[in-house]
Amino acid sequence: MQFLFRYANPHNFMRLSGAVLPFFALATVLCLAAGLYLGFSVPPDYQQGTTIALLFIHVPADVVAEAAYGAIALCSLLSLVWRHPLSDTAARAAAPFGALFTALGLITGALWGKPMWGTYWVWDARLTSFLLLLFLYLGYMALWNAIEDETRAARAAAILALVGVVNIPIIKFSVDWWSTLHQGESIISGKIAPVYLWPLLLMMTGYMLLFATLWLIRIRTAIMERRARNLMQGGPA
Amino acid sequence: MNFDMGAYGVYIWPAYGVSALAIIGATVWTVAGWRRAKAKLAALEKKK
Repeated sequence: MQFLFRYANPHNFMRLSGAVLPFFALATVLCLAAGLYLGFSVPPDYQQGTTIALLFIHVPADVVAEAAYGAIALCSLLSLVWRHPLSDTAARAAAPFGALFTALGLITGALWGKPMWGTYWVWDARLTSFLLLLFLYLGYMALWNAIEDETRAARAAAILALVGVVNIPIIKFSVDWWSTLHQGESIISGKIAPVYLWPLLLMMTGYMLLFATLWLIRIRTAIMERRARNLMQGGPA
Repeated sequence: MNFDMGAYGVYIWPAYGVSALAIIGATVWTVAGWRRAKAKLAALEKKK
């Protein structure tokens, strides 16, 4: 906890994040380039044919969508319990990216569903819980914008984020708990062929690094905007 | 590398297109916001 609080100081955060950002950005580009190269070099799947190419953008988008929500929930907990100074800013900054990657997961999933299942959409447990994740993101952002007092808005949004976190294990285990059209887990269980696993892991790493890069920039932007507001009101920067 | 997706191309390429647009759009929006905030803060600090 001491470690977290040391970097909760906006000044230290700006210094540290500024130092790591170029490396994050470079690693993002390298991972995505290598992932795409390998992804477009794989043979067609024996069942799914060339639609296996969708694996490399669908799964990473889903992983980031869930990870971003986990990050918001963790920041919300830090805010509510320990009054961590930067956590509300960090939680709010992650939400637009979480919503975007959730939407990407839904769109790429629908475009995969049509040729493989014969339908763009079905109300099965995985798809429905993932759609709920999008609504949680939209509700979270709407709540932040609806309450004018920033402290109250942060408190309400943090509570909503923590209540909504129950949806994350539901998404993950929906394919085990219920009979779904969506396929079951295949990475951790080792069912996926290595030829598809490596490009997938590279793309997942690339997407996660991309999210981390954009998130850090958004937090830095929010800190600078707050400093500017304070200066305009005549207070300390 | 193989870009021939056969009949499934009508599903695969729109998915890649939307993903690329979203990622590029999010990056441009994020960097533009950061630059705007940086310029505004610098102008205010100069005025002080």
